[in-house]
Amino acid sequence: MLQELAYFAVIVVTLILAFPYGWHLAKVFKGEPNLLTPLLRPIERGIYRVCGINEFSEMTWKKYVATLVGFETLGVVFAFMILSLQGVLPLNPHGVSSFRWDWAVNSAISWVTNTNWIAYSGERDLSYMSQMLGVLVEDYISPSVGFVAIVVLARSFSRKHCPTVGNFWVDFTRAILYVWIPLGLILVFPLISQGVVQNFDPYAVAHTLEGGVQLIPGGPAATIIIYQLICEDGANYFANSMAHPFENPTPFTNWFTMAYILFVPASIVVMIGKLAISRDTTKALFSVMLVLFILVMPLPFYAENQGNPLLEKLGVQGGVNMEGKEMRFSMFEHIMYIIVGMAPANGSTVSQHDSVMPLTILTIIFMVVIGAPIFGCIGEGPMALIHYFIVTMFIAGLMTGRTPELIGKKVELREIILAGASFLFSSFSSLMTTAIVIVSAAGMAVLGNAGPHGLTEMLFAFTSASINNGSFMGGLNVNSYIINLMTPPCMILGRYSTLLVGIAIAGSMARKGQIPISAATLPVASPLFIIAVVFVVFVISALCFFPVATIGPILEHLLMTSGRTF
Amino acid sequence: MDKNEILREAKTCVLLFGLVCLLSLAYPFFVTFVAETTMPNQAHGSLLYVNGTLVGSELIGQKFTSPAYFHGRPSAVDYNASNSGGSNLGPTSAKLMDQVRERVKQVRSENGLPANATVPADLVLASGSGLDPHISAASAFLQVPRVAKARGLPEFDVRVLVDRHIEPLQFGIFGQERVNVLKLNIALDELAGSRMR
Repeated sequence: MLQELAYFAVIVVTLILAFPYGWHLAKVFKGEPNLLTPLLRPIERGIYRVCGINEFSEMTWKKYVATLVGFETLGVVFAFMILSLQGVLPLNPHGVSSFRWDWAVNSAISWVTNTNWIAYSGERDLSYMSQMLGVLVEDYISPSVGFVAIVVLARSFSRKHCPTVGNFWVDFTRAILYVWIPLGLILVFPLISQGVVQNFDPYAVAHTLEGGVQLIPGGPAATIIIYQLICEDGANYFANSMAHPFENPTPFTNWFTMAYILFVPASIVVMIGKLAISRDTTKALFSVMLVLFILVMPLPFYAENQGNPLLEKLGVQGGVNMEGKEMRFSMFEHIMYIIVGMAPANGSTVSQHDSVMPLTILTIIFMVVIGAPIFGCIGEGPMALIHYFIVTMFIAGLMTGRTPELIGKKVELREIILAGASFLFSSFSSLMTTAIVIVSAAGMAVLGNAGPHGLTEMLFAFTSASINNGSFMGGLNVNSYIINLMTPPCMILGRYSTLLVGIAIAGSMARKGQIPISAATLPVASPLFIIAVVFVVFVISALCFFPVATIGPILEHLLMTSGRTF
Repeated sequence: MDKNEILREAKTCVLLFGLVCLLSLAYPFFVTFVAETTMPNQAHGSLLYVNGTLVGSELIGQKFTSPAYFHGRPSAVDYNASNSGGSNLGPTSAKLMDQVRERVKQVRSENGLPANATVPADLVLASGSGLDPHISAASAFLQVPRVAKARGLPEFDVRVLVDRHIEPLQFGIFGQERVNVLKLNIALDELAGSRMR
């Protein structure tokens, strides 16, 4: 009971702390003096001078997008080079070799798109150099890019007749300097104190009690894991994410990393309201997120606590589904991590996804397909939710015969087409690629499980790539040509269809004038609107996936209860 | 945008990227320096030494097959700590069911249990990391008669040893009761050694 209360408390406290921190974020991106200004402002100025950035010039949305795309392209090329050369680069104490080209392309794109589709095993395949110059560099860059995109969108609602949306370089520098560096420096030490490794030693050779040899991995793990958690990218240092005893050593880390995962995304919601000068927006975003968060809770608890009847028949006590789970965490803690880790597209997990119950994986897929708007990936999550708001406003406008408006701005054809397209793109990329790959012989060959579970593996892989979640069911042989080459287009389409559409909408919102609130305005913070948004989330995204979900996880659940195996 | 402007932006792009790379090198080295001076044990992987020899890590499970040691959970990677991983077999996998059937049979025969006895789930189902250092208290007690017999120790003494190694909930709140197999086996070696002298 105490445990359940502690988990409930940490979520509530994190959401409360998100308010002051969100106000701080808003000040940072408005360029107003804040708590860290005396310390960091000189450094910020120095960076502008060194890099030749004029902090007072602004960009149009098109230039902003072009700059962003250019910067991301450089990131992909650099990450690809690091991976292709890691065999000859220094800081490679355990002698790993360079990546094959398709593998390097996949990993580079997955890092840059904040997907962090880990098609490798960190301790086996990456050198310390690649962990730092590959994973960590993109741990700074990719969430910052998401961050600036949502900043631009939020800020545009408070602008009037303004041709520009902001300066990419300035927003980006501020995100790293004022957000990621301080958080990383403070939050990393509790992790290390519990046993997360942080060293540059070669792997330690242990002589086991029975006379065997065991290599104990090391490396700068804590500094990567901290960003895996707070940046929602899930670029796990070790192969199996938070299940690894060096990533999540004690039940205490399991508990306080809940706060790490939720803190920044929740603060961003508060920041949006401040930047858009609309407290109602924060209220509405928070309400929809909380409603969805509560809606997804019951099913995994039901499914995992039920146990597996097939195991019970074999003589396993209670049929408890301990496969892919760790002994130091209770079942409750495992399930909480499934929900909190997957809802914001973080992708960190304690239970192995391939071995959880079918209805749990159904919930996970649901959280991913709706675009991870439950707190969400940095930038992309809340942006997806704002796109839902626009579509909902349009539908509500059609039903009542009024011109739709959002946060004091008229919503017109262009915005509605863009927001709609953003959903179509990501659903299209995940469903079509799943369909194409699953009917090919090469696609069938990479599956790790047979029957409906195999289809779920494939569906989850491409959905997670398209929504930039990046976790997959480990049974899938991800380091194969077909998966290495089919997932990057999904990652790119999924990420930029959300981010760039958001910036494009920001461009047109900034140009518009503000319309005064009247009796005809549908307030976003009203329960009616919130319920409508939840419905739209279900109708637009979840229903697209319902047919395939019935022959995947739902069918597997039914067959499991009737005793079938594959 | 004219050509000069593009060039200027490209220069900014490369310079800023370079700064992020510098940061990504400096930050881990700085944190490592602080961690190794203030928390050397944790930073290096909570390593365990017996008579000066490195025997493993407190956090990483180890393979035990001898009847004279307590066994840990099944591991999909055979406790290879440089290549961790779970079995990734689904709840309707026939392969998983075959594995579990085998393991249940083995646990029953090794520990002299009746043929219809149920066994604790953690002792027959593979962990997520493949390196789980813990088993449940029930799984440890179940192995006591076998270990005591193989060691020639009184069953009572071994049972007391296990009882002393049950780790409670962290701060009385988090996790669940569990036994660290490696630490228990090290203590078991000590107990047997002191008896022999």
